Amino acid sequence: MKFFNFHLMPYRHADLDAIEKHGTAWVTYSNRDYDPEKGAELYHEYLDQMELADRLGFDGVCLNEHHQTAYGMMPIPGVLAGALARSVKRAKLAILGRALPLLNNPLVVAEEYAMLDNLTRGRFIAGFVRGIGAEYHAMGINPAHSQERYAEAHDMIIRAWTEPGPFQYVGKHYHFNYVNTWPRPYQKPHPPIWIPSQGSSSTIRWAAQMKYTYAQTLAPIAVVAKFFQLYRDEAAKAGYAASADQLAWSNTIYVAETDAQAIREAKPHMEALANKLLKMSTEMLLPPGYSNIDSIKRIRAAKVTGKVQTCEDLIRAGVIIMGSPNTVREKLAEYQDLAGFNTSLTKTQFGTLPDDMTRANMQAIAQEILPHFRDRLPQGKSQAAAE
Amino acid sequence: MTRFSKSDVTVDGVRVQVLEAGQGRPLVYFHGAGAGRGFDELLPLAEGRHLIVPIHPGFGASDDDPRIDTVLDYVVHYAALFDLLKLEAPVDLVGHSLGGWIAAELAARNTSRLASLTLVAAAGIHVKGIAQVDSFLQNDEQRVRAFFHDPKRAEEMLKHLARPELEDINLKNRTTTAKLIWQPRGYDPHLHKWLHRIDVPTLLVWGDDDRLFPKDYAFAYQRLIPGSKVTIIPECGHLPQAEQRQAFVAALEGFFDTMKVAA
Repeated sequence: MKFFNFHLMPYRHADLDAIEKHGTAWVTYSNRDYDPEKGAELYHEYLDQMELADRLGFDGVCLNEHHQTAYGMMPIPGVLAGALARSVKRAKLAILGRALPLLNNPLVVAEEYAMLDNLTRGRFIAGFVRGIGAEYHAMGINPAHSQERYAEAHDMIIRAWTEPGPFQYVGKHYHFNYVNTWPRPYQKPHPPIWIPSQGSSSTIRWAAQMKYTYAQTLAPIAVVAKFFQLYRDEAAKAGYAASADQLAWSNTIYVAETDAQAIREAKPHMEALANKLLKMSTEMLLPPGYSNIDSIKRIRAAKVTGKVQTCEDLIRAGVIIMGSPNTVREKLAEYQDLAGFNTSLTKTQFGTLPDDMTRANMQAIAQEILPHFRDRLPQGKSQAAAE
Repeated sequence: MTRFSKSDVTVDGVRVQVLEAGQGRPLVYFHGAGAGRGFDELLPLAEGRHLIVPIHPGFGASDDDPRIDTVLDYVVHYAALFDLLKLEAPVDLVGHSLGGWIAAELAARNTSRLASLTLVAAAGIHVKGIAQVDSFLQNDEQRVRAFFHDPKRAEEMLKHLARPELEDINLKNRTTTAKLIWQPRGYDPHLHKWLHRIDVPTLLVWGDDDRLFPKDYAFAYQRLIPGSKVTIIPECGHLPQAEQRQAFVAALEGFFDTMKVAA
């Protein structure tokens, strides 16, 4: 299994009581709570953690994109990827962002990603996302155009990377007389493409058909297993057997000496993430037009937003793994076999977890977990189903 | 009282529902974004008139037209529908909220089919510095409460809308509304340039306590449409036709009477 150190870069000094009172840390939560001096320290702290991940033997580091929120300080992830492109020497560098529909000129992503692929001499992984609903409130982009804009932007970027320019692009939302992206990507035909999603069946089908790596965001492992099986089924329909390398699970891991100690240490920081920084109304998460009406009804009925979840709830549901080295190894192996993935996108920092605890966690993961999974592939029924 | 008859009309390949009541001069009513609650409150206007309420494509019982992305696309749709309806005389056109925006766009381009224009709590323009409720950040209950001046009327509406069979229609209406008004939020930045071309008698009817499009919008429209008159209805929110039906009907009848006198 491959391990990526996945960072959300939360503004961990946010006033959690004020967020609780306001109801969300997104879009309407005032940036008056952002202290630039503390924020500057955090950027360096988090970038140092990414560089440490490289030295500790993580296979990659992974950035994210969100706008107008204390949840994450990476509205423009390319800035941080640029900072890491020369200091992360060995690991892959992934951006699991660029929300393409939010951009009025998505060709800037073709340029930015190609630059990063050149800078890293081919260690770059290109993520394409739609952005969550809150982004459409924050960025003034019509959610009802989201899927059309995503499809057009994706096609245009792939063509910009693979067809000699200049050529003309004429879509419904995007129109360019000259598409002629310099530089061209370093990897041939282009960087690997990863598609993170909350589990939309149409996205999973499309990713499988395109042979793009599918990354499942925050979800209970039983649900993750179901989505990954759907990916393998769709790949089979498309005429090939999906490899476990095409499936990545986004999780949180915290390792301490004992299970009790792990939970005691991680609990307030994990719950700050789950119940404060992540909290938003259904209206903010899911504006009309963002998904089709059936999906919206399903999500509204499930009442996914607003549920208070304890650290123990999240562990029980298999959203996160926390405990002694032995517990974490057992759970991770169990989940790998259950869901059949071969990449773990692991948040080692989460919520308000301070630097010293994050670094200790990263050291523990590197020493106690990584070596046991280096050559481990998913075993058991899900693998059989894929074959 | 008379009732609506419902029929389906196919406009440029798209099936839409048209409600009609009464006989006489045609009065066409463009509804707002919340078309789920019916239009019986308009029936007094059908006394001595031919009241026509076409349901916009993408709303209520009308089919969606995937070609429609903007309010201007509706203007084209209504040019075609007016042709099909073979209206016998110039139309008194009334539009509420989103429907008011469509009516204003239509009238700014061509008034040859219109006898008069009435905008009720209309979207379509932007007035700087006026706080407006962001209905897209509100849940269903908060949104309905924001519509009304009187919380008791909001309670009645909430009870009515709680029927599960309305969920699909409401989601369809919300999706189409987002497509049309999300950005810029509820206005066409070019509309204000052309409102001076409206050359038919124009009435602007607003609730005194409209929190979605506050009454400043009535006066802004008045400054832009030559000769237009404003009627502000007291103790009234964004839905004058529902919250203050008598005052709403009286405002329109009074306006139509002054036109008769002028003629």
